[in-house]
Amino acid sequence: MKNGLAVTIENVHKRFGAVHALNGIDFTIQQGEFFGLLGPNGAGKSTLINALAGLVVTDSGHLSVMGFDVRTQYRDARSRLGVVPQELVYDPFFEVRETLRFQAGYFGLGREVEPWIEELLDELDLADKAETNMRSLSGGMKRRVLIGQALVHKPPVVVLDEPTAGVDVELRRQLWSLIKRLHSDGHTIVLTTHYLEEAEELCDRIAILNRGELVALDTKEDLLARGISRTLHIHTREPARTLPPSLADKVKCITDDYIELTFNLGREESSVMQVLDTIRDAGVNVIDIRVEEDDLEDVFVQLTREAD
Amino acid sequence: MAGVLWLFWKELVRFSKVAFQTVMAPIITSLLFLVVFSHVLEGRVTVYEGVSYTEFLVPGLIMMSVIQNGFANSSSSLIQSKITGNLVFVLITPISYFEFFVAYVAASIVRGLMVGAGILLVALILVDVPVHSLTVIVTFALLASAILGALGIIAAIWADRYDQMAAFQNFIIMPLSFLSGVFYSIHSLPSFWQTLSQFNPFFYMIDGFRYGFFGVSDVPITTSLSICLIALTLLSSLTLVILKSGYKLRA
Ligand SMILES: Nc1ncnc2c1ncn2[C@@H]1O[C@H](COP(=O)(O)OP(=O)(O)OP(=O)(O)O)[C@@H](O)[C@H]1O
Ligand SMILES: [Mg+2]
Repeated sequence: MKNGLAVTIENVHKRFGAVHALNGIDFTIQQGEFFGLLGPNGAGKSTLINALAGLVVTDSGHLSVMGFDVRTQYRDARSRLGVVPQELVYDPFFEVRETLRFQAGYFGLGREVEPWIEELLDELDLADKAETNMRSLSGGMKRRVLIGQALVHKPPVVVLDEPTAGVDVELRRQLWSLIKRLHSDGHTIVLTTHYLEEAEELCDRIAILNRGELVALDTKEDLLARGISRTLHIHTREPARTLPPSLADKVKCITDDYIELTFNLGREESSVMQVLDTIRDAGVNVIDIRVEEDDLEDVFVQLTREAD
Repeated sequence: MAGVLWLFWKELVRFSKVAFQTVMAPIITSLLFLVVFSHVLEGRVTVYEGVSYTEFLVPGLIMMSVIQNGFANSSSSLIQSKITGNLVFVLITPISYFEFFVAYVAASIVRGLMVGAGILLVALILVDVPVHSLTVIVTFALLASAILGALGIIAAIWADRYDQMAAFQNFIIMPLSFLSGVFYSIHSLPSFWQTLSQFNPFFYMIDGFRYGFFGVSDVPITTSLSICLIALTLLSSLTLVILKSGYKLRA
């Protein structure tokens, strides 16, 4: 069952009044994947995650976790799913270790889970806060407890809804390495984030939601390779009037010092050489040259804009 | 240990952490009522033959506290978890809606009985209260705290804000528990109020509970028992239907 499906989402619809929060979402996530769920605010990411966790009841369609339907086989589905909610929620009555112990208890775990709780406390750098009331923790520490709560029953599928929102650089690095370790231990990871470099760094495959619809679903590499993927910028001292007409439409800007020409390139290696050949044949002298790679952000902006 | 037991245990730990407020305070309040009312009215009012007013008052005060604390426990815990959002940690677990119901109601029962037993123990220092039937006493305390535990769940699900919850408590639970014959027998009321009291379910809880102490009551014990059982069945069913639907808990 190593290569089975961790998550299946079949034609799921959910409306909140006039808002079509999920409009026919349909895709699957393989076991062992590191999956990114991206999209602008209000795209439906949290709604989809909450539907998996049973916090949102969908209008139609089916969702399952490790092959168990989240509605009809909710006990099996939920015991295999760990969710880190987007909001920093906590129960102010309890201390950190208690919070984790009760959470494990809700999943029916007894004494045997206690060493794992200690390990989690260490792992999340919370060991010295174990007896501290949740109220007295900083935001980043609360976030780590949330992650601990999601992992306390060792679920094969872990869903993190913006785990690094409002977290400092240091902690973000720590969380990344923790999440990477979970992934290499065999957990399936589903991550939502607004930090595209985070998705680029971590995820194998990425889905982009926009207004309740799936606008892209691809491996990170293929997503990055979409559309215009590189731009070549060339600076020249050549006066504008001496530029051959064939290059006139490439002029991006004219300053006192130079003229900037830009060329949109495909992925093929040869295209840079083609441009340079054209430039040389035209007798234009080059003072600076720079290649710019599109990142996930450009692709994201394009895809979510196209859908408008 | 099953998940439901951990949820029950969590609820017990929650109110124990603030035991001064959740257990001690109601005991002290009831004893103040007892001291003041018995001082003022002792010797002037006789409700049942051979029962002093102070003795008469004790079961009513206990039951009033059982009612109020049974309600307070489930309602305040649930509304806090709902409004602060930490209820999701329970909702994403394999715990079923039925188990959820059982855990919250059981915790209400425990708190109701603890407060009730506390008042009784301290009252016994001050007055000699007879015990006619311990079984009847325990049965009515269990029924009342369970009924109010269920009602607390309904109120907490219905209310969107703390002030709505407070309104429920101040305009429904408090008046009904005060006007249920804690301080008097309904036979001493004008007939209009007597009739009205018969529609107050809390009246039957107190009347049956009092029977457990004195062996006398305003209405037959079978009537109060039946009404409490019916109330428990109806409210539990309603609570379970609401929980099953996910109303206001699952979007
Ligand atoms: N409980 C709810 N009641 C009503 N509308 C809701 C509810 N939950 C979500 N919505 C609406 O559904 C849409 C999708 O919201 P969702 O929270 O899933 O977005 P998101 O992609 O997670 O956004 P963000 O990046 O801001 O977290 C939004 O228009 C939102 O207002
Ligand atoms: Mg969200």
